[in-house]
Amino acid sequence: MTECRAAPSDGGALRFTVLPPKELKELGDKLGWSLNSAELEAIRSYFKKVGREPTRGEVETIAQTWSEHCKHKTFNGPIRYSDGKKTQLIRSLFAETIVKATQGLSKPWCLSVFKDNAGIVSFGKGGRWALAVKVETHNHPCAVEPYGGAETGIGGVIRDVLGAGLGAKPVLNTDTFCLARPDYAGALPEGALHPVRTLRGVVAGVRDYGNRMGIPTAGGGLWFDDDYRLNPLVFCGTVGVLPTWAVRKEVKPGDLIVAVGGPTGRDGLHGATFSSATLEGESDRTAVQIGHPLNEKRVLDAMMIARDRKLYRAVTDCGAGGFSSAIGELAKDCGARVELSGAPVKCSDLEPWEIWLSEAQERMVLAVPRKSYAELEKLFHAEGTGCSILGEFTDSGRLVVTLKGAPVADLDMGFLHDGMPKVERRAVWTNGSKPKPRPCGRKSGAADRGRLGSILIRMLGHLNVCSREWVIRQYDYEVQAGTVIKPLQGLRHDGPGDACVIWPAAATGEWEDLSGFSVGHGLNPSYGRLDPYWMAMCCADEALRNLLCVGADISKAVFLDNFCWASPEVPEQLGGLVRAALGCHDAAKGYSVPFISGKDSLYNQSRDEKGRDLAIPGTVLITAMAPVQDITRSVTMDFKGPGNSLFLVGVTKDETGGSLLSQMESCGGEVPKPDPKAAIKAFKAVAGAISKKLVLSAHDLSEGGLGVAVAEMAFSGESGATIELDQVLTSPAMLPDETTLFSESPSRVLLEVSPKDDVALMRALKGVPARRIGSTTANPLIKVSGFDGSIVLETLLVDLKTAWQKTLPELLK
Amino acid sequence: MMVSKPALRGKRPKVLVLRAPGTNCDMETALAFKRVGGEPELVSIADFKAAKVRLMEFSVVAIPGGFSYGDDVGAGKILANQVKLYMKEIRNFVRLGRPVIGICNGFQALVKAGLLPFSAAGEQTASFTANDSGRFESRWVHLRLNTQSMCLWTQGLPEMIELPVAHGEGKLVLKSPRHLEELKKNKSIALQYVSDDGKLLGYPHNPNGSVFNIAGLTNPEGNCLGLMPHPERFTVRHHHPNWTRQTFMKEGVGLEMFRNAVKYCQS
Repeated sequence: MTECRAAPSDGGALRFTVLPPKELKELGDKLGWSLNSAELEAIRSYFKKVGREPTRGEVETIAQTWSEHCKHKTFNGPIRYSDGKKTQLIRSLFAETIVKATQGLSKPWCLSVFKDNAGIVSFGKGGRWALAVKVETHNHPCAVEPYGGAETGIGGVIRDVLGAGLGAKPVLNTDTFCLARPDYAGALPEGALHPVRTLRGVVAGVRDYGNRMGIPTAGGGLWFDDDYRLNPLVFCGTVGVLPTWAVRKEVKPGDLIVAVGGPTGRDGLHGATFSSATLEGESDRTAVQIGHPLNEKRVLDAMMIARDRKLYRAVTDCGAGGFSSAIGELAKDCGARVELSGAPVKCSDLEPWEIWLSEAQERMVLAVPRKSYAELEKLFHAEGTGCSILGEFTDSGRLVVTLKGAPVADLDMGFLHDGMPKVERRAVWTNGSKPKPRPCGRKSGAADRGRLGSILIRMLGHLNVCSREWVIRQYDYEVQAGTVIKPLQGLRHDGPGDACVIWPAAATGEWEDLSGFSVGHGLNPSYGRLDPYWMAMCCADEALRNLLCVGADISKAVFLDNFCWASPEVPEQLGGLVRAALGCHDAAKGYSVPFISGKDSLYNQSRDEKGRDLAIPGTVLITAMAPVQDITRSVTMDFKGPGNSLFLVGVTKDETGGSLLSQMESCGGEVPKPDPKAAIKAFKAVAGAISKKLVLSAHDLSEGGLGVAVAEMAFSGESGATIELDQVLTSPAMLPDETTLFSESPSRVLLEVSPKDDVALMRALKGVPARRIGSTTANPLIKVSGFDGSIVLETLLVDLKTAWQKTLPELLK
Repeated sequence: MMVSKPALRGKRPKVLVLRAPGTNCDMETALAFKRVGGEPELVSIADFKAAKVRLMEFSVVAIPGGFSYGDDVGAGKILANQVKLYMKEIRNFVRLGRPVIGICNGFQALVKAGLLPFSAAGEQTASFTANDSGRFESRWVHLRLNTQSMCLWTQGLPEMIELPVAHGEGKLVLKSPRHLEELKKNKSIALQYVSDDGKLLGYPHNPNGSVFNIAGLTNPEGNCLGLMPHPERFTVRHHHPNWTRQTFMKEGVGLEMFRNAVKYCQS
């Protein structure tokens, strides 16, 4: 064991209750507690009542437990929200939007929502299995150190799933990145990383951790917007499979508190970064945790065996706050006595509170019946990973922590978890103050033939549309042999699939059960710039259509929400966040799809090179997951051959606000507005047609609308297409060709159907807006005729595909 | 050389699926053997270290893919040393003609343990280095089988097959050109990366830049196979990336390889 360095010796009791408020706040800021004045006063009055000074360990524990990261003060606290017309008090944004919608839907297949480390739903035939799913963000660490931040981001979300119920075996990872453009040429403040470096770093981090864990990374996305240049967003998701009997966990007083996994060090210690005020030049020492996938793999393998032998009764992961929050969570309803000398440490000079708070990776905490401990220890040691006793759960309702008998913390559980004073925040939503650009949708004309083609080619090469093959191929997306619908699809395995389908037979051992599941995503901050409410709705709509287009059963879909926003202390920013949360509520109700898990990451803003605050565009990632009842009926997006009919489902409206067209042509329009009731009816009809095997290929219309969707399907399947825009169902009845081709109206999908099934399809889509708009051809080109019947676009597939494929490789050469 | 059949013949031959910290593909490999009538058992290298298992009780040995020991000092290197140290009987196991397969990381370990290319002296004459592309890559490849090879794992398979690869250090290199000539002479090159029309071409058809497009090696007797592609990932037709195009209606060709080994033990 090594001694890292002499630690600051302020680990004992503090002069807390006697300090004047101002000095107390200064001390807190110096030690990095991020507690506001009201919270400091609440702690002061608690200890005055107790009749002693708190120890450093106690205040650190409270600061961690009450942090925005752990308690989600903004989402759980009261907000006075004004939308210009009326002002209302929202007691808890989370409870009144997302939770409320889920409770209202009360779906029987949701086994655990919002309680555990991940949402859990039932899975497969016979009710023996369940899926745990979680999506996390790791934004701040990735801004400082992209590789380490992404590694520990994926490592953390894997542990969330490993800590859900009695532990789920991870079978899928997803990753979504929001970054500035790799060719960003503007100025950056000192210390900020160029987006190319961030992109390379986060991809490598997910690759090295995910691949080494043996979990396929087969879903996600990329979004580029220069306002992410100081605050990149990194979303990591994991889905795991667990037996239904392992969904519930319980802690019994007398059970041992057991730490398994890696040793504890000074890594990821929030307080320590601030204590560097007295230790110059060491401020980066503990900023980002250190990932070690092999250690986590050992923990995973040992835990799965221990779970099936029923050697423990409860488990949770060590994430933010380390042991303090893991044990604090597990002991919430009973109590715990912890003796820290049992914890294996990386260096001998850790302060007691540092051991207690360290965010060292690859650790889990288990509640173990005494009689099972010996077997458990043997098992973990055989896998080559740590296992040690930290104490026991009690029925005292107190959290008592000691090191070699000396007190580190002695806190009342009730105060720790419910003693936080609530802060009322103010939120304002104002719309329509921005200047309106020229409306999109130029009139057609003879000159359009070249113009629309060139717009389409530029769209396909746009960073938010182009091929992500450079990223996807670096991930082992087929390990575990369950990826039956792959992220890259089509004749040459390089087309943009809507979603993957996972058949977790290796994990369950039940290869005769053809049940699988699919995960889709929706994210579009450009819509959010116009209205976060409709952004949330559109994201939900798109995530569902991703699932629909691979043949998933969307009537049993679930949502996960991830909000990334700037400072909630700015009323206009918080107003946008409230709008987005209201959108999530209405989407859940409208589509009848419950939210089962989520996470928010706030304060994503930084000072730019001129010292101004640069806020990220308010961003919601909606992840949708649904079962695929029979994986052999899945569908991909590539055209299957010439001579087939193309049906467009859904109505095309003049909705170009925030669209790709608006960005390329500097124009504007209405933000797309889904109608969930009508949409879900259409989706169910399409799902019915797919299950009747009427659909050869399906693709959702998103960025770039109909034009981009047809192009992607065509070059992926190497069949051409003719499209007649006058056949497209539009509202109003007449739209400019440019708008019909590139509008981003939601809820639309394009289907390829054998001509012999035309009638059967229309019967399946009865009562749903759908029209045959063209057919596939043997000619390798896309030909579009306009409203007046003249040809308005004629482009070779090879030109479209080349434009789509070359963007990222050229930028990352 | 005499090739004797496995000592323990039976209805369900026992298959040892070797695990080490960082092994990833153990469960799907075990499942593939189970589906064709084998009786797979996941055995940790630590069990050999503790002398808890006896290699000779098994009919088949499979070393699955993954990142054993994190691949921290080179892909499969530590596992190779562990195999040499704690599974001393493995050379004998091969010599007795019992089926052995190393897939991806398992192939790397077989090569670095000096088991492939197989020589009486057991010296290591090949190794692996980083892909020419410089990146970890997942993709499906076309492979041509050596129809003259004795390899029992690939008997009866079509000459051209498809399987996925996923690795960062898959470029096979040989100690000297002489060794390549020997491999050709002994019909030990079991599989080669080719284009869809069967030609020996460069990237991306050869995904890593392996010498002579080598994707898999066997011993001259044909019972020990190492390959970078993953047969356990093509055991149902729905594993194929183009199954929705309905051009692949048959069962995954990878399953046939596992079936060959199990049948060989049963006969």
